[in-house]
Amino acid sequence: MDDLGYLKETPSQTAGPYVHIGLAPRAAGFDIFDQELGQDIAGPNAKGERIRIEGLVIDGTGSPIKDVLIEAWQANADGVYAHPESPGTVEDGFRGWGRVITDFDSGEWGFDTVKPGPTPGRNGSVQAPHISLWLVARGINLGLHTRLYFDDEASANATDPVITLIEWERRRQTLIATRSERDGLPVYRFDIRIQGDDETVFFDI
Amino acid sequence: MTTPAEYYQRDPGRHPPALSPRYKTSVTRSPRFALISLEQRVSEITGPTFGHGDLGALDHDLIKNYAQDGDPIGERIILHGRVLDENARPVPNTLVELWQANAGGRYRHRKDTYFAPIDPNFGGCGRTLTDENGYYFFRTVKPGAYPWRNDINSWRPAHIHLSIFGSAFCQRLITQLYFEGDPLIPRCPIAQSIPDPDAIEQLTARLDMVATVPLDSIAYRFDIVLRGRRSTLFENRLEGN
Ligand SMILES: [Fe+3]
Repeated sequence: MDDLGYLKETPSQTAGPYVHIGLAPRAAGFDIFDQELGQDIAGPNAKGERIRIEGLVIDGTGSPIKDVLIEAWQANADGVYAHPESPGTVEDGFRGWGRVITDFDSGEWGFDTVKPGPTPGRNGSVQAPHISLWLVARGINLGLHTRLYFDDEASANATDPVITLIEWERRRQTLIATRSERDGLPVYRFDIRIQGDDETVFFDI
Repeated sequence: MTTPAEYYQRDPGRHPPALSPRYKTSVTRSPRFALISLEQRVSEITGPTFGHGDLGALDHDLIKNYAQDGDPIGERIILHGRVLDENARPVPNTLVELWQANAGGRYRHRKDTYFAPIDPNFGGCGRTLTDENGYYFFRTVKPGAYPWRNDINSWRPAHIHLSIFGSAFCQRLITQLYFEGDPLIPRCPIAQSIPDPDAIEQLTARLDMVATVPLDSIAYRFDIVLRGRRSTLFENRLEGN
């Protein structure tokens, strides 16, 4: 405790290569809990458009990171978060939070959810639909926060208070997922570059 | 919506820098551009909530939660403490998850190839919710030190990995705790990636003889501090504090 009575935040440490044991034990190779958390982000009753999001996390050598764990946090289709400080209510079973791990061989990751709606910004502004992502892995000392936006929301993105805060227009593109279709289902591609040319924008939130 | 009561900014001097060259893996996994600082919005001040329905009755007891035909080998320990915020207020009902190697320093993970044996009765992970006072409690065995490929003779001090949520996504934290007196702590490039010696000290669990269960388990105490939140006193909104 300092002399004003504040405590200091506990320092971060890397999640290490075996993060799956704690947060996704089935991926580590064993079954221990009745239910693993974060497996179904939107739940069965979620309103809105069902989408899939896929990508790679790429390191400074251009190689996929195969031991990363990503947490996703999003609002529902009405722009409401499953949290008491978000005005409104969400569907029964909608948590808006999930855990995503990469394929250990290819580094590809993906998750199914619903497309979030726009959410309130500060002072009456509106945030474009987005999903907050948090990345941890061996070699990452403090979890990295970023945001995924949607390329079919161009007009909302153009006035989003976070995208427009980024001074370099070229870097804004790193936050936009690109939509295509597979078997009639919308699939968004979102590759995250930790370092190097076209490094993804990460936030201190 | 009015501007939310914000969480205090992170103190970068408390945390390891992304690029910590002595910890070699960080070299290619650290952003080169500065993080962009955001004023918090609803996306940052909200976060997932969990309840007792998410957990099983033995999830916090690593001595029993994967036991097949006996207890795991190793020094039986109680690990307990409180989750507080920077205002020294308890963080109630928050999810704390942990994972660790067994007493021989081996992880139950398909990618761990260290030749110390897997313990058939030890899974190595647990989780719990803090109570209304922010208190948490685990029972486990003390993990062993293990070698890793950083330098050719690098050994991790005995440690337990911890994941904590808090009530907002911006409080999300993963860390590791070490054990008081371990001579490997000052030799560990991961522990020493934290620039402030006092901050490393904060990751050291203390022997707690008061909480020890005689003839059964020794105890370690580890308090966790998450980011605190600004008060909006003039709005007199206690729940926002
Ligand atoms: Fe470890």
